[in-house]
Amino acid sequence: MIRPVADEAEHGTGLQLKSITKRFGTFVANDAVDLDIRPGEIHCLLGENGAGKSTLMNVLYGLYQPDGGEIVIDGAVQHFANPKAAMAAGIGMVHQHFMLVEVFTVAENMILGREPGLVVDLKAGRATVRELSARYNLPVDPDAVVEDLPVGVQQRVEILKALANDAAYLILDEPTAVLTPQEIDELMVVLQRLRDEGKGIVFITHKLREVRAIADRITVLRRGRVVGRAEPGTSENELAQLMVGRAVDLTVSKQHAEPGPVRLEVENLTVTNSAGAVVVDGISFEVAGGEILCVAGVQGNGQSELADALLGNLPVLSGSVRLDGHDLTDGTPKRAIIAGMGFVPEDRQHDGFIGSFTIAENLVLNRFDRPPFAKGAALDLEAINGNALRLRDEFDIRTPEVQNLGSSLSGGNAQKVVLARELSRELAVLVASQPTRGVDVGAIEFLHKRIVAERDKGTAVMLVSTELEEVEALADRVLVMYRGRVVGIVGPDTPRDVLGMMMAGCSYDEAVALAAAAPTEGGDR
Amino acid sequence: MAEPEPRTNRLRAWASARWRDWTITLAAFVLALIVGAILMIVADPEVAGNFAYLFTAPGLALGAAWTKVSTAYSALLMGAVGSPSALAATTAAAAPLICAGLAVGLAFRAGLFNIGAQGQAVVGSMAAAWVGFSLPLPPVIHLIVAVLAGLIAGALWGGVVGWLKARTGAHEVIVTIMMNYIASGLLAWALTTSAFQRPGRSDPISPEVAGSATFPQIFEQLHVGFFVALAAALVVAWVLDRSVLGFSIRAVGANPHAAGTAGMNVGATTIITMALAGALAGLAGVMAALGPSVNGVPTPLSEGLVGTVGFDAITVALLGRSKPVGIVFAGLLFGGLSAGGLAMQSVAQTPLTLTLVLQALVVLFVAAPQLVATLVPFLKARKGSVSLTGADA
Amino acid sequence: MSSVHDAHVPSLSDAPEQLDFTVVESRDARRARLSTGALIGVVGLVLAVLVFSTSGVARFALSDAFADVQLPTIELPGAPVVAVCAVLCLLAAAGFISGRLPGRWSMLAGIVAGLAVTLGFLTWAAAGKDLPFPVANQLAGTVFTATPLILGALCGVVGERSGVVNVAIEGQFLTAAFAAAIVGSVTQSIPAALFAAVLAGVLMASVLAVFAIKYLVDQVVLGVVINLLASGITGFLFDQLVQPNSRVLNSAPTMDPIPIPLLAELPLIGPVLFQQTILVYLAIVSVVVVWFLLFRTRWGLRVRAVGEHPEAADTVGISVKRVRWQAVLVAGIFSGLGGAFFTVGSVGIFSKDLTVGNGFIALAAVIMGRWHPVLAATMALFFGFVVQMASQLQTLNTPVPSQFLLMLPYIATIIAVAGLIGRTRAPAADGIPYTK
Repeated sequence: MIRPVADEAEHGTGLQLKSITKRFGTFVANDAVDLDIRPGEIHCLLGENGAGKSTLMNVLYGLYQPDGGEIVIDGAVQHFANPKAAMAAGIGMVHQHFMLVEVFTVAENMILGREPGLVVDLKAGRATVRELSARYNLPVDPDAVVEDLPVGVQQRVEILKALANDAAYLILDEPTAVLTPQEIDELMVVLQRLRDEGKGIVFITHKLREVRAIADRITVLRRGRVVGRAEPGTSENELAQLMVGRAVDLTVSKQHAEPGPVRLEVENLTVTNSAGAVVVDGISFEVAGGEILCVAGVQGNGQSELADALLGNLPVLSGSVRLDGHDLTDGTPKRAIIAGMGFVPEDRQHDGFIGSFTIAENLVLNRFDRPPFAKGAALDLEAINGNALRLRDEFDIRTPEVQNLGSSLSGGNAQKVVLARELSRELAVLVASQPTRGVDVGAIEFLHKRIVAERDKGTAVMLVSTELEEVEALADRVLVMYRGRVVGIVGPDTPRDVLGMMMAGCSYDEAVALAAAAPTEGGDR
Repeated sequence: MAEPEPRTNRLRAWASARWRDWTITLAAFVLALIVGAILMIVADPEVAGNFAYLFTAPGLALGAAWTKVSTAYSALLMGAVGSPSALAATTAAAAPLICAGLAVGLAFRAGLFNIGAQGQAVVGSMAAAWVGFSLPLPPVIHLIVAVLAGLIAGALWGGVVGWLKARTGAHEVIVTIMMNYIASGLLAWALTTSAFQRPGRSDPISPEVAGSATFPQIFEQLHVGFFVALAAALVVAWVLDRSVLGFSIRAVGANPHAAGTAGMNVGATTIITMALAGALAGLAGVMAALGPSVNGVPTPLSEGLVGTVGFDAITVALLGRSKPVGIVFAGLLFGGLSAGGLAMQSVAQTPLTLTLVLQALVVLFVAAPQLVATLVPFLKARKGSVSLTGADA
Repeated sequence: MSSVHDAHVPSLSDAPEQLDFTVVESRDARRARLSTGALIGVVGLVLAVLVFSTSGVARFALSDAFADVQLPTIELPGAPVVAVCAVLCLLAAAGFISGRLPGRWSMLAGIVAGLAVTLGFLTWAAAGKDLPFPVANQLAGTVFTATPLILGALCGVVGERSGVVNVAIEGQFLTAAFAAAIVGSVTQSIPAALFAAVLAGVLMASVLAVFAIKYLVDQVVLGVVINLLASGITGFLFDQLVQPNSRVLNSAPTMDPIPIPLLAELPLIGPVLFQQTILVYLAIVSVVVVWFLLFRTRWGLRVRAVGEHPEAADTVGISVKRVRWQAVLVAGIFSGLGGAFFTVGSVGIFSKDLTVGNGFIALAAVIMGRWHPVLAATMALFFGFVVQMASQLQTLNTPVPSQFLLMLPYIATIIAVAGLIGRTRAPAADGIPYTK
């Protein structure tokens, strides 16, 4: 099913990228990449983080200028000096991080950059929104302020914005990362409809399942090069091998859990965010030593705040948190760390890592003030360095020097630093949020193995994840959260579509019934 | 995305970065002198007038300009390093600049912009001078108590800002500036009270500080205070690089979120840093209050005693890239500028305020290496901005 | 199986438009409420103590002595009024601290407390004095004193809405004040002086723009350095050039009040709003102009977009750098006008560093006014009120040393930015240089 690269046929119509090369300094992000997109197809661009997918699309969208190669549309060579030129040539793009001004209304976002007169006329903006909404059957309220909208609706606005110029080609960069399983299904339907209307769609992703579900054709990028093209029927293992460059084991081998005594007890926990909104609403659960409890849910349903409150980073309104019998309710991160809580924050760059600190310093970020790393008021630089050298080998952190800055590490290696820091001390509980986000497949295997090993040492593990693949691979029990509440706690072999419905707020019984009633939805298509 | 590089390359990169810092600084200084020269020519009606004849008598115009600029700059140079007593004057001017520069630089490392060194120095000078002229204490002890009083006053003045920032999020830039004005108001008021005003005088001036509370003189204006400033730089360097507290300060400055998640108390670190910074700026005020002038007696406390040390300190810290060693060199440079500026004012009748222009220009150029590279083509600059505060993530 | 069909299954087409969470008081809000209550309580206690040092009658003159229509002078019994004000403050404080005040009531309590504090202190200061407290003067002076603050705040609002933090308002003021004084002295013409001031303001703004937008220098650091540069250059030129020739170079004419026909005759309001200088009128008009520019025009939409999400603006073909340049330069016009106030707008002559922190108070007004032109101007008026009151009280011969009265605006600024107004939200990309 996988065809060699050279086999790509030339077409007179459609959009072709010919031998595109893009360098950043000495780094080659795209190396003579060829790609063609035909009207009326969904073309999946598959690759790991950092494979060069987004760079290629930013070249196509005029945000970057290529160092070599050309863009051809319907036989005519194009030069896009800026996004405006690309838009004029019929290209629309839905970015991974939405390009919406959050404090503007939908209508204001829609007219930005194409305002008809010197004085803003919002009536025209509203009309455009309504007209596009009706035409593509994507309802949005033109007067809603973007930041008040759920992510799925924000994405709808992005799609409408991309289509507003009568785009013939639509690029979607990792569009499913922030959506619920149901929203993903709906998005797929929308994209198929747009394809049937004759749009050429580029769908960028690293998720094999989605590729197989929607692609008409597949191009795989690795390290800036096209390494293969495939048909949608290609198996996941074949695609994964092509994407990563070697055989990968997609399943995590782990023994059955042998839960010990309960270590983490959370009772009726209620937490507000900084604006005073109740984002965790009366949650109770327990995690025993030697088991992994996965907290599953769509981004933004209170999981991040739950983790932060356990650490003591967010004030607790009511309820209690106990670790090995010690009360940690409404404490400080310091207290939780000393009590034996390991913490892998959801946003590594923001909360877990200091780019301008050395790797060695990052490895003692939560222990630098205690022996053996501190002697009184002074740091023991030798102990800090020795610790770093030891952990570098143990956790396979790929860096020549532990005195290099943290910012020199790739995402996967930075995450290894965070995990090494947490796992290199005696833990009672490990609270890990999205530990493999933005991490390449090789590192994911390693990180998963280490988390399972920590469980087998008798540590209680609470893993927050929005990726069903990860939940299925690691969980001993699954807690599903929706709007700050527990929808249910279920076993690890709960079918994926049932989990998906629970993440949208259905109770377990409802979800099972619904899944039985609609066997074609969800599942492995 | 950076490929791993071998150690030698890293050392070479480090050395070339240092080399680049120095050349950029040197070029910035030369550029600032050139702009200063233009300003001098423009502001002197006689010299500028000659430029009306630039094409008929170019020698006259250029000659007059050259005389003006070279007289001023050579007086500046001589006043800074031209003689032992000039060097002594430079150290005397540099000592408070180094202390206040450390106050700004230390705060920068914690991600705080301390524009309040001025006010902290003012209250420091008030406390030290008051102890110096009011308390009858034995020698040595008197000096130590006076210095401590200045440190504590500065620490309180700075600590309040840290406390407000930690508790309420009030932006330290605005608060410190307001605290500067409040400090000078406080001084103005104090000098009308019997506790501070010299008996028998109606103008705002204090009694003279007792000899037992004066920094011992070493050579002319060079006094022990200069070595206290160097010691302060050493202490700050140790705190930042080798101590537990310094680790927190740098972590909070580079990424407060990560620091907090790792268990550090961001609010407490903010307060401690601002108090330390305030103490250092207070020390600068102490230098002004207790440092002997040429005649061996400290200048009595009055409204202009600390001058603009707190604002000059910002340029010192920025030029020194918030590193203690850099701050010592920058303090000496601007101290020389200040001592030389006085000579320039008396010898060449060029106002002292020119040195403020030079300071601001040097920092402005150093902050924009790409501009320097454009103006001085043989310097190659990397793209992007440069961190003068040493606190960027 | 009926439950299957009843179950609510969210889908793309009927997904909720708004996320609704229950909202309770957050820890920050509680802290702000408690510290507000404590502060008002302390002030109330101070007033209660002052009751015992208040004697006689406090008189408030609503018209100044030369007004055509004389409004009556109000006489208030000193001690009782101060006592009532103290009680009002303490009640408001109790309301805040108990936390029982519903949303609108807490705002009302804040306003009552603010008025009570002002009235209480003024009554205490004016009680038993020969001269009445001149209310018309106070209000007219508020508008006059607030003029540079309003213009400076507008400068800050326009720049920061585009994402360029402007800490250099002070430096722009200083340069513009200097230019206005010199050109005004040489030409003896107010329009020429104003033009020179605007030019100087825009020139300093272009320094800010080139280093912030082109060379990506940290904007707060940059602003402070520009202030030093402005202080240095004006100081040097003043020492070298102006001081020796002050008869020629430092004798600018000053603006006379221009009474607006009819309106100026209105009692109380007339002298406050319609017997002011051209600069005051310009400031008031500027507020409306900036509001219209930012919220009703294409340019304003782009400025705000660039300040909130520059990448988004870039992807729809807006040049982020160009829009920011435009915004910073336009902002420079306002700071230039504001700077002119300090010389031709008031005293006429320039002296070194004569802006004494007004640029920073304007910056505080920007933040407290939540980057909105009208709110920021209101905050500027608040500061103007405090400054004017401090100087009025000096003439009343209060027991408070004049140095402390002069500190009032600075203390008020600290209290204000320390969160009595609550934490505010800056434009999302404020202060962040844009690079692709």
